Amino acid sequence: MPDLQGPSGGAIISALKSAGVRYVAALPDITTSEGLLWPLAQDRDLHLIRLSKEDEGVSICAALGYCEKKSVLLMQQTGLMDSLNNIRAVGCDYSQPICMVVGLLGKEPDKSPKESANFGVRIIQPILDAMEIDHLLIENSEDVKALPPAIDKAYQTSRPLVALIGRSVAK
Amino acid sequence: MMERMACFQKIAAARDGAIVVATYTSAFEWHRVDPNPLNFVSVGAMGQASSHALGLALGLPNQKIIVLDGDGSLLMNLSALATIANAAPKNLIHFVVQNGSYEANGGHPIPAQKSIDFSGLAKAAGYTRTDTFEGLNQFSAQLPELITTVGPVFATLKVEAGDAPPLNYDYGWLHSADRRREFRDAIKPLLEN
Repeated sequence: MPDLQGPSGGAIISALKSAGVRYVAALPDITTSEGLLWPLAQDRDLHLIRLSKEDEGVSICAALGYCEKKSVLLMQQTGLMDSLNNIRAVGCDYSQPICMVVGLLGKEPDKSPKESANFGVRIIQPILDAMEIDHLLIENSEDVKALPPAIDKAYQTSRPLVALIGRSVAK
Repeated sequence: MMERMACFQKIAAARDGAIVVATYTSAFEWHRVDPNPLNFVSVGAMGQASSHALGLALGLPNQKIIVLDGDGSLLMNLSALATIANAAPKNLIHFVVQNGSYEANGGHPIPAQKSIDFSGLAKAAGYTRTDTFEGLNQFSAQLPELITTVGPVFATLKVEAGDAPPLNYDYGWLHSADRRREFRDAIKPLLEN
């Protein structure tokens, strides 16, 4: 029986901090709500910017980058889809280090995103590939270890990054 | 009704070292009025000037940030009013230049051209102060107070459509990496404050 336990929110918060992230722009996503967004909303070391719409967050994170402040945009894959034009413009065309943490609503815990029966989940990685955006999949706490170096690389190379959260985040 | 260029000349005179985030038609006209490395025009997609301005206001809390939005642009990112009001940056002044049309795209009217009240929307969202100006003398008289009021402040500038000389919409200039490099270099001294 495979271990289908999702990643720990505490581990993700620690990973963000170790990468130097101090700002999180976010809209609630049920995959990350309980385990990640609520705890980081209480975290005094992180500045939470509550968004009304996800593409605002792309711009806010880019602007913070000009100020040499590291940030992530936390959202659901539906918000990623809604933000594609601004990600294309700011992240890809302008080559800005927009780091996104994206909950995959509707993904089955025992399947890869590309094998999902959910169309909205199945298309995400191919879309990111088409946009030449680096992405990684986080499904357990071991996977979280890849997050800080990925964020470091995004800032060093000034390129966008998407960390897909494939299972419900645990407290 | 006012002329946009005349409004911009007043803002330029009162700028006092502020970063100015300007979008599309406003960006081209603003650059003619006050070319300055602290002008930020790299707003990416239409509508995103105010969200970039919010990020700059949060990242540089001791620096005044002015955003010159367009009415069509603001409609495309109207949700930003609530986000900005909630984040409550004290150093942000949000102008919307209301000419009622998509001037860069053929002059078509914006939805609700005759009825929309942007300052009313901003007030309802929770901006600390909102004003609407239709006369240049009134705007000029109030501008110093607007600049010094604790933000986020919002002001609608009602202007004539197509009042300026013909523009060259040089999008290559607007989106060039040079603009972002110049701005990044210009704000470096501000990062230590």
